[in-house]
Amino acid sequence: MSHQPVKFYQTGTFTVGNRLLGEEDRSVQARGDRSNALNSGHRACQGCGEALGARYAIDAAMAATLGRMVAANATGCLEVFSTPYPETSWQIPWIHSLFGNTAAVATGIAAAMKVKGKSDVRVIAQGGDGGTTDIGFGCLSGMFERNDDVLYICYDNEGYMNTGVQRSSATPAAARTATTAAVGPEPGNVFGQGKFVPAIAMAHEIPYVATATVADLHDLEAKVTKAMSIHGARYIHILVPCPLGWGSASHDTIRLARLAKETGLFPVFEAEYGEQKSALAIRRQVPVEEFLRPQKRFAHLFGAKPNVQSLARIQAQANRNIRKYGLLQEEGIHA
Amino acid sequence: MSMHKPFATTLDVGSSLANHTGSWRTERPVYVDRLPPCNHACPAGEDIQGWLFHAESGNYEKAWRALTENNPLPAIMGRVCYHPCESACNRGQLDAAVGINSVERFLGDEAIKRGWAFAKPTMNSGKRVLVVGAGPSGLSAAYHLARLGHTVEIQEAGPFAGGMMRFGIPKYRLPRDVLDAEVQRILDLGVTLKLNTKVANIEDSLKAGSFDAAFLAVGAHIGKRAFIPAADATKIVDAISVLRSMEGEEKPMLGRRVVVYGGGNTAIDVARTVKRLGGEPLIVYRRTRDKAPAHDFEIEEALQEGVMIKWLSTIKQAGEGNITVEKMALDEKGFPQPTGEFETLEADSVVLALGQDVDLSLLDGVPGLEIKDGTVQVGPNMMTGRAGIFAGGDMVPSERTVTVGVGHGKKAARHIDAWLRSETYAPEPKHEIAGFERLNTWYYHDAPKTVRPMLDIIRRQSSFDEVQGGLDETNALFEARRCLSCGNCFECDNCYGVCPDNAVIKLGPGKRFQFNYDYCKGCGLCVAECPCGAIRMEAEEI
Ligand SMILES: Cc1cc2nc3c(=O)[nH]c(=O)nc-3n(C[C@H](O)[C@H](O)[C@H](O)COP(=O)(O)OP(=O)(O)OC[C@H]3O[C@@H](n4cnc5c(N)ncnc54)[C@H](O)[C@@H]3O)c2cc1C
Ligand SMILES: Cc1ncc(C[n+]2csc(CCOP(=O)(O)OP(=O)(O)O)c2C)c(N)n1
Ligand code: SF4
Ligand code: SF4
Ligand SMILES: [Mg+2]
Repeated sequence: MSHQPVKFYQTGTFTVGNRLLGEEDRSVQARGDRSNALNSGHRACQGCGEALGARYAIDAAMAATLGRMVAANATGCLEVFSTPYPETSWQIPWIHSLFGNTAAVATGIAAAMKVKGKSDVRVIAQGGDGGTTDIGFGCLSGMFERNDDVLYICYDNEGYMNTGVQRSSATPAAARTATTAAVGPEPGNVFGQGKFVPAIAMAHEIPYVATATVADLHDLEAKVTKAMSIHGARYIHILVPCPLGWGSASHDTIRLARLAKETGLFPVFEAEYGEQKSALAIRRQVPVEEFLRPQKRFAHLFGAKPNVQSLARIQAQANRNIRKYGLLQEEGIHA
Repeated sequence: MSMHKPFATTLDVGSSLANHTGSWRTERPVYVDRLPPCNHACPAGEDIQGWLFHAESGNYEKAWRALTENNPLPAIMGRVCYHPCESACNRGQLDAAVGINSVERFLGDEAIKRGWAFAKPTMNSGKRVLVVGAGPSGLSAAYHLARLGHTVEIQEAGPFAGGMMRFGIPKYRLPRDVLDAEVQRILDLGVTLKLNTKVANIEDSLKAGSFDAAFLAVGAHIGKRAFIPAADATKIVDAISVLRSMEGEEKPMLGRRVVVYGGGNTAIDVARTVKRLGGEPLIVYRRTRDKAPAHDFEIEEALQEGVMIKWLSTIKQAGEGNITVEKMALDEKGFPQPTGEFETLEADSVVLALGQDVDLSLLDGVPGLEIKDGTVQVGPNMMTGRAGIFAGGDMVPSERTVTVGVGHGKKAARHIDAWLRSETYAPEPKHEIAGFERLNTWYYHDAPKTVRPMLDIIRRQSSFDEVQGGLDETNALFEARRCLSCGNCFECDNCYGVCPDNAVIKLGPGKRFQFNYDYCKGCGLCVAECPCGAIRMEAEEI
């Protein structure tokens, strides 16, 4: 990891800031003059993880580039809640394109900057999981394969939330959505093959791939900062709980992101040129039920007759992640 | 704007700040200060979290000044207080309680080392208050009264100030230079101390000195006796006189084999003193270790030093050079019952440590007083039945500790101050307690408690050197920083960071935060992610 937890300062670096730490050890979000790239007045739901994750990431990128950056944004909540014409919450040069072509638009901007001799202006593409793992996937893969100088950030809320919570290829097994009803012998989303885009990005052997959640701010900021120090295609996949789509309490957004990581269901790691370099170790391991139970989209797994079979299969997914990505302290890869 | 352009490109870019999303809210977060359990448990009413906050940043003088707002004796407290704060500390449920007492001692010692003095009172009320007894309770009252601008005179029967802190608690737990330094600092406020001045009759003394009010804190000094049939030659003495004589020229002559009768802290202190004088102490107590009133850590330290203890035994008779004890057995209610089994033990003397009674003779003839079970009854304002005479410490019904005495002194001083102005003192209502369930402990680092060094066993058995050492700067700082800051903002920036709507305004170091209700949607993330429980959700009035 590129950041060192400072021990015994009451909270170390787990909290956003800490009055006992030097400024350099505090997060960008702790600064009084952070850029607030996504400003107040946006129309995201109460407790929206995507709005939070986007501000975390873009503020860090703004700090890393000293404000010399442009962002292209796919259609999705992040675009719709931030920019109803003619108002916008964005305090950066920002362009909305289409649902599926953001990576290509960002590639174009990067090329234009190069032509204009402004290669110091960095380019970010951002979109939801639908825009990234489904409809925008072709453009994204092309951007990777060409190693275009773009950081692509996917805000994964595990569904098409903007249009009313439909299933995406990032929707987890057993989750109820508008298109995966909780009926039949295997209620909710199917236990499919899975489509974990960070792994696919790694398969392109691009310079940098990382995952993060809104529950580990210092880790997220360190990854964005690192990504901005590299040229070429980079990909960061951030888990952003969605109270509306997940059926969770608005105050539980960060807790759920934390539990996704602590159960092993969402592996937090980074990779360079196709090889995993580090993993954020699980600190207080918990069974998957802890993550699932507070969410109404998984309510059908509990109740009087818990669906032990599905729960066991989800736990097996978590165990597999723990093994595969080395998520336990002893086994973890720590750079 | 050209008429040929499509509408969607004709408007200037507007800011979403025009959209006041605060109108969505049904609940609002508000910053609160909750009462940390440590503060709640402190008998002296210290704002522990408050002074630890300053110690955490290495500002020890500010920490000491915050501490002494409530308790003028931190170096003493840091040695003899039984720290109920630590039993209540929330961190105890995480790993181990914060070493509050050891940080307190560090601050107290630091103040002595650096010569920090109390700020002098800025006004004079023209009122005169008599304090009877220079034990912890009297000293605390004198300190607070002086700071409130009153003229204070302490009249003390003994040759030195300190009360049981000097004539009870042994040197190896409380070195006398520490006691002297903290007493002197109170006197430096302008408090008059008259030693060797026993108040025989309080009404006479009040009149003689034209005092407007009095605070009595004469303690409990008369050793309780038990009837033990004894041969003339047997030496039977009480524990308090033994400990008192340790402060004089003549050390007590108790012989080699000394039997101490009782199971309280006083029994332990006498036995450990005897050990240090070269004797062989044996404690005889009628119940079991877990039923003994002495604190277990004190029993443990005594055992380590070689003090012998005979549990479940009563002394039946004392002969020449020996005693006869009867073995006891606990009944189902836990009371000791005689078994008829006897044993003879070698004993050159017997020291009775069976508790103390209060000498109330100075109150003879005072009208309106209520005496119950040998103690003076006081109201919630610490005033006795005689208007203008207040009392506290061991002489009133309460737990008998230095810290309780200090707390009484403070409380009485505030009520005396109000009474002198013909007003009543109403303490501010207490905040709700910041229980463990209010915390989000995810954010705290694992950090084991720092253990204070102990003197080596040989010196503990043969000298009166202090047994427990103090922390040094680095580990005191570490220990202070283990505090979770329960219920009180410690400026971790979490609320400022986790708000998806930027609705938290950071006011800068020491100024905390403020909500911007124009944009706060009331999601409650700040409340859930505040580590210390300093934010509360309140229903919005509609
Ligand atoms: C051996 C022993 C060990 C103890 N250890 C601890 C401990 O580790 N921690 C703890 O918290 N508590 C301890 N205690 C209890 C603690 O010492 C007392 O609760 C505390 O000192 C009571 O304070 P006080 O001010 O009420 O009375 P005291 O400390 O007893 O002081 C009363 C003072 O009043 C004076 N006085 C009495 N009558 C008159 C008079 N008529 N005129 C003028 N002056 C008078 C006395 O000389 C004395 O100086 C211990 C007690 C004993 C006996
Ligand atoms: C080509 C096309 N198909 C469908 C839509 C409708 N649409 C807009 S946003 C969206 C879903 C967005 O989901 P995701 O990318 O996961 O973002 P989220 O809203 O969940 O953040 C859809 C289906 C569209 N705008 N364009
Ligand atoms: S639907 Fe979900 S992602 Fe969209 S604004 Fe609401 S909480 Fe955020
Ligand atoms: S953690 Fe700190 S504030 Fe909380 S109870 Fe312990 S000492 Fe007091
Ligand atoms: Mg989505």
